[in-house]
Amino acid sequence: MPNIVVLVKQVPDTYSERKLSDSDHTLDRESADAVLDEINERAVEEALLIKEAQGGEVTVLSVGPDRATEAIRKALSMGADKAVHVSDPALHGSCVLQTSKVIAAAIGKVDGVDLVIAGNEATDGRSGAVPAILAELLGYPQLTHARKVTIEGASIKVERETDEGITHLEASLPAVVSVGEKINEPRYPSFKGIMAAKKKPVETFTVADLGIDAGEVGLANASSSVLEAAPKPPRAAGQRVSDEGDGGVKIAEYLIAQKLI
Amino acid sequence: MSEVLVLVDHVDGEIKKVTFELLTAARQIGEPSAVVVGSPGTAAKLKESLAAYGAAKVYVAESDDATGYLVTPKVDVLAALVEKAAPAAVLVAATADGKEIAGRLAARTGSGLLVDAIGIENTAGSGDGAVVVAVQSIFGGAFVVKSKSNKGTPIVSVRPGGLEAEQAQGAAAEEAVDVPAADAAKSARITGQEPIVGGDRPELTEASVVVSGGRGVGSAEQFEVVEKLADAFGAAVGASRAAVDSGYYPPQFQVGQTGKTVSPQLYVALGISGAIQHRAGMQTSKTIVAVNKDAEAPIFEIADFGVVGDLFAVAPQLTEEVGKRKG
Ligand SMILES: Cc1cc2nc3c(=O)[nH]c(=O)nc-3n(C[C@H](O)[C@H](O)[C@H](O)COP(=O)(O)OP(=O)(O)OC[C@H]3O[C@@H](n4cnc5c(N)ncnc54)[C@H](O)[C@@H]3O)c2cc1C
Ligand SMILES: Nc1ncnc2c1ncn2[C@@H]1O[C@H](COP(=O)(O)O)[C@@H](O)[C@H]1O
Repeated sequence: MPNIVVLVKQVPDTYSERKLSDSDHTLDRESADAVLDEINERAVEEALLIKEAQGGEVTVLSVGPDRATEAIRKALSMGADKAVHVSDPALHGSCVLQTSKVIAAAIGKVDGVDLVIAGNEATDGRSGAVPAILAELLGYPQLTHARKVTIEGASIKVERETDEGITHLEASLPAVVSVGEKINEPRYPSFKGIMAAKKKPVETFTVADLGIDAGEVGLANASSSVLEAAPKPPRAAGQRVSDEGDGGVKIAEYLIAQKLI
Repeated sequence: MSEVLVLVDHVDGEIKKVTFELLTAARQIGEPSAVVVGSPGTAAKLKESLAAYGAAKVYVAESDDATGYLVTPKVDVLAALVEKAAPAAVLVAATADGKEIAGRLAARTGSGLLVDAIGIENTAGSGDGAVVVAVQSIFGGAFVVKSKSNKGTPIVSVRPGGLEAEQAQGAAAEEAVDVPAADAAKSARITGQEPIVGGDRPELTEASVVVSGGRGVGSAEQFEVVEKLADAFGAAVGASRAAVDSGYYPPQFQVGQTGKTVSPQLYVALGISGAIQHRAGMQTSKTIVAVNKDAEAPIFEIADFGVVGDLFAVAPQLTEEVGKRKG
């Protein structure tokens, strides 16, 4: 009966324009619609599948501004049992390492964790490193980029899929797993699930609650900082022709003129 | 001049091109030391090519454990070397493994982490006291950002194909280092591997021409039309997520936000609508050509040359034209 923590992040919707704020080069979270990152829906789905087969409990955990409660509610409405939300203005501008430290401390607030499930890569930061850093901080094995997860008692097997191919992994629990895009199709929250989610417990913490000094987090103390940021001018449309039976020839002529063939 | 550690990316002793890019980037900062972590006998196979790209030193960390566990052996070796050699920076490839190695290494050594750089600059000139600045392209190329590390040793992951490799002669002097014993309770054991067998086509992120197909291609069999055009160019084949999800083409060829980021000289999109998430992976291509039967498809907003038409008529004709041209 694994006790599972699923890490979810609210990200700017990729369908809307994403910007950096002019003042401090941090992600401008106000300018874009915010959604539960799609890869995290798959992480929640995987946790629910394990729970349905083996029992246990699923806790959703998110570090992010107050607004991230929407993402948390969505995960709860899919079927997770409860949630932990770390929200603190001091976190603004934190780097990947600081965020991971806060997540690790928050995981410590959940009793008897057997398994941490995350997405393999967030669509906003794309650091693709949080799950591995957590494994480092918690001293758990990392089984990342999973396309298949099997739990048998206190051991876990994962099929990891990356550009290099497939790697079969084995480790003992507790462990950190990150899921890849091809692992499952996340369920839609049912009406009943949405109603039930409103009553599920969400525990909120500040960094001080986690025993972390506010001076250790945030933009001013980040392990790296942005020196400059410049938007790239958008691409302009070029020529467009309709195929009159010579479309392929037209492209070839264009490519020859551009010295591309 | 201070050392710069470069983690050699290889599969069973076969070197990856990104290693040469890392060695080239390292020379901006100081003197590159290649770090080979692998099974016994690996470094011997790699030494010559590492020398040809300017590796002054080669740290040889070989053992059976080195390949028996995921990611952690490499972190262990690099962490020990960071302590021993006090390098100006550590560079790794921004692959799935490399991003994780870099993250863990930065956490363990209390260092700054710079992710997915497409270039490295040294604002202090070469030599001691290098100030390492990573150039990054974010939100699918919508922003270019420069950042620096604030503590410890800058740990930088560098995007494959992000910069041009240049040869330089290096001594490649070997030095053996230990692979610390793995802690089984904290590591994931590798029990089997099914590497992707690279075909005859160039790798997606390395190719100078990429020909991609989308849902408009219609089936796995019909992807042959895309492959034939790619082969005429000597190009890599890519696919949209819709094409991958429909089972037309394998996932490792997906281009876009959750797939690969490519930046070739020429990108040809066949039957791809040009959703923002697809554009995020290809809009920094030098030249974009699109074929789509829908004149309103958003791909035309960024295409340098677009043809409104049926890809099954246009692509084979183009294949023939390119073939003629190449002889
Ligand atoms: C979080 C997230 C991440 C995503 N990541 C990615 C990603 O990494 N990569 C990616 O590609 N997508 C990604 N997507 C999906 C993306 O939103 C689109 O759904 C996808 O790119 C559409 O693929 P497509 O253009 O092949 O299909 P469609 O949008 O269905 O377009 C097919 C096109 O083919 C044209 N067509 C049909 N028949 C022909 C013909 N015979 N000749 C010429 N043209 C024809 C049609 O006019 C149409 O424009 C992501 C989405 C989300 C939410
Ligand atoms: N602030 C956060 N709160 C909760 N989970 C997070 C946060 N940041 C990252 N994660 C988790 O780590 C995964 C990978 O993110 P990243 O390493 O930033 O690409 C995400 O899909 C989440 O599961």
